[in-house]
Amino acid sequence: MKPEVNNPEIGEKRKSPFKSGALQQILAFASLIVLLLFFSIASPNFFEWSNLMNILLSTSVIGILALGTTFVIITGGIDLSVGTAMTLTSVMTGVFITFWGVPTLLGVFLGILSGGVAGLLVGSAVAKMKIPPFIATLAMMMIAKGLALVISGTKPIYFTDSPGFTDIALGTMIPGVDIPNAVLIFFLMAIVGYIILNKTAVGRYTFAIGSNEEATRLSGVNVDRWKIIIYSIAGLFTGIAGVLMAARLNSAQPALGMGYELEAIAAVVIGGTSLSGGKGTMVGTVIGALIMSVLTNGLRILSVPQEWQTVVVGFVVILAVYADILRRSKAK
Amino acid sequence: MKKFLMSLVVLFFASVVLAACGDDEAGGSNEGGGDSGKPYIAIVSKGFQHQFWQAVKSGAEQAAEEFDVEITFEGPETEQQVDKQIEMLQSALDKKPDAIGFAALDSQASIPLLQQADSAGIPIIAFDSGVESDIPLATASTDNYAAAALAADKMAELIGEEGKVALVVHDQTSVTGIDRRDGFVETIEEKYPNIEIVDIQYGGGDHLKSTDAAKAIMQAHPDLKGIYGSNEGSAIGVVNAVKEMGKEGELTIIGFDSSKPQIDAIKDGTMAGAITQNPVGIGYETVKAAVAAMNGEEVEEVIDTGFYWYDKNNIEDEEIQAVIYE
Repeated sequence: MKPEVNNPEIGEKRKSPFKSGALQQILAFASLIVLLLFFSIASPNFFEWSNLMNILLSTSVIGILALGTTFVIITGGIDLSVGTAMTLTSVMTGVFITFWGVPTLLGVFLGILSGGVAGLLVGSAVAKMKIPPFIATLAMMMIAKGLALVISGTKPIYFTDSPGFTDIALGTMIPGVDIPNAVLIFFLMAIVGYIILNKTAVGRYTFAIGSNEEATRLSGVNVDRWKIIIYSIAGLFTGIAGVLMAARLNSAQPALGMGYELEAIAAVVIGGTSLSGGKGTMVGTVIGALIMSVLTNGLRILSVPQEWQTVVVGFVVILAVYADILRRSKAK
Repeated sequence: MKKFLMSLVVLFFASVVLAACGDDEAGGSNEGGGDSGKPYIAIVSKGFQHQFWQAVKSGAEQAAEEFDVEITFEGPETEQQVDKQIEMLQSALDKKPDAIGFAALDSQASIPLLQQADSAGIPIIAFDSGVESDIPLATASTDNYAAAALAADKMAELIGEEGKVALVVHDQTSVTGIDRRDGFVETIEEKYPNIEIVDIQYGGGDHLKSTDAAKAIMQAHPDLKGIYGSNEGSAIGVVNAVKEMGKEGELTIIGFDSSKPQIDAIKDGTMAGAITQNPVGIGYETVKAAVAAMNGEEVEEVIDTGFYWYDKNNIEDEEIQAVIYE
């Protein structure tokens, strides 16, 4: 894995951001390998192609949410709305395709777009109305949850009339290779996220705002506009996750989604993105999301009681953040 | 750019409003009642989002129409929100209803409020699960333990009384979660020594999480013969898992409650069958008992609303069609 150049402009003020950023990723990656090894030894049924696909498939929805959340967290913000906004986008996709009979592809596109619009609204609340991200996205979490229930009439919307809809998540794009589309889409979105974050102006301003918002503003950057764009991008990721979720369940379940935002945030944090902003990588988030689902899957295969599974994941979050703090205090 | 963004926002809201209009029955169910002069019964349920509670509500509405009373039906968002439910009960009491229907999330927490209602002379009918108190005049509910025992018997019958089975349960703390788990587990342990329960996982009734949990179980136990899902979300999770792993027909799946995908899975053979409660009956009996209590009539203390096994063979029967819902 190539060390990522976080941000050439802002990176200069730290002593060795490149080295330490790479170290964090290597640590996370090493933990992932250790986990894989541990579970492979502990259970003969763990390290099999079908189970690896299970793990990747169960990573895909949370993973894509986490990729979008990474942008927001790097700006020093937080997004609590992604879980229920995801549900809202699956419901909207259901409305477009099942209620209105829009062609599947167009319906999917509009569904994803509705995620973007939700992000746009949150971004505007944060940037223009100066509402702290925690509050703005908390409000959006509730609005999205309520709207999902209202619009669906508290009933699941089924896609049984649009054959092929589930293929979006469960079909295989590459003939002959047994990898579900949801997994491919997850990796594709990770690459897209990587490019946006590291190769475009949006990415540069994401880091700049997170490192020092005031300095960025004073240097003539239209911070508000970039924030709105960043939240909208996160919203589009949420929209894609919503469509995948709907496709996997072949239905839009209006009551789901609460709590998914916390899992996404946990994946981002385990991946080494700092909640204080200005630092983070897409590769880290992918690894973080994988660590979470490898843990859950592995513990389930070992029949560890659910209560303990949650405890273990909690400890992993603490360890990951502590490792990050240690590393940063060394870097000073 | 700004104009484009604005038009996006407008498009979004327009579609939200249109979508809401497209489904008129969605709204307008929770307004307060009592102004029309009809007797008013406040029903505080355990939830309202799930299909099950919607069916209870429709049964309650049916009875309300029949007995010409006004009802309101509300419940907290999740079945862990005991505190929220207490608040709802409190505000229901403040509206001075003629009777209260109440499905307690926690069998103890609500007792002070129930005492308050009792001393105000408001009759209370418990439904779905009981309260550890003799204040409720009647309890309309399913015997979940017996229902789960029936699921265990059906499982044993279908897999030839031997082999490995597993459970995907919706919750490890609520009364329904515990009864539906223990009824199944204890029946297997007592009656079928050759059946081994290899795993019990909890998916919170979340379709996606239950899917992943069931897949992990199947991965860990390739020779598994059957899985029992203890509510709608758990059962659909198991069906999804079996489909995603391409093991249709290799495992015996038994579900609980009903929904469109469950009915489809039973029809196409992926699911062997399921236990359904009678949610419409629960809602109906609750209101009926409340009306009787309001009028000072005697009510039966325990109203068993029953449960049914349904599978491919009897799914079209009238008796079953009346208690399953999509």
